Amino acid sequence: MDEKIRTILTEHGRFPIDVATIGDDEDLFAAGMTSHASVNVMLALEEEFDMEFPESMLNKGTFESVTAIRTALAGLTAS
Amino acid sequence: MSSGTSIRVGADLVMVDQVADSIACFGDRYLRRVYTDHEIDSCGGAPSVASAGLAARFAAKEAALKVLRPTGHRPQWRSIEVRRHDGGWCTMSLSGYAAELATQAGLGELAVSLTHEEGIAAAVVVALCQDDPGCEDHVGDLVFESAGGL
Repeated sequence: MDEKIRTILTEHGRFPIDVATIGDDEDLFAAGMTSHASVNVMLALEEEFDMEFPESMLNKGTFESVTAIRTALAGLTAS
Repeated sequence: MSSGTSIRVGADLVMVDQVADSIACFGDRYLRRVYTDHEIDSCGGAPSVASAGLAARFAAKEAALKVLRPTGHRPQWRSIEVRRHDGGWCTMSLSGYAAELATQAGLGELAVSLTHEEGIAAAVVVALCQDDPGCEDHVGDLVFESAGGL
């Protein structure tokens, strides 16, 4: 799952740095992801994992790190 | 800590080509997740023109968030709407959680100004905040404060 998350972050996150250098718990917004880019990341994750983020999860915390995204996806794909 | 009337200001900018890329990549899913029907209808015309208008509206939503200052859950993008009037000027309309945040903060009407030029769209949102508990000091009854940068 992490590899897919990082591929999506690379393709849609518009980071000014190599995503591979960002730690799992590092703040993605502090690393350069904009709010608009996070929308694209969200839509790409939904496509990849065939799910939809509920409105209640649409906050910065859900997308603030690779770990946070993995946790959110695990909860949604398990239900 | 005293309270008083303050001004909250939010500003944001968005690259127009990034909005165009999102439309090309995600199409209607992107549009319907972020913008209201009115906003989409307000940004017709050639794709480059539509993207510029939508980029300015996204910037306005971000600028409004800087004024609303949510600390946890963020309002839905569509609950922060730019309303375009026949004369060409725009106002902001809030609904749902965004409207709740505005009420809780004692915010009056949110004023907005949009612009785009050379591939960059920007917006500024301003609101009067009554009895702002975060108002440390004031000149008369008015304090100017900035909420966030670009």
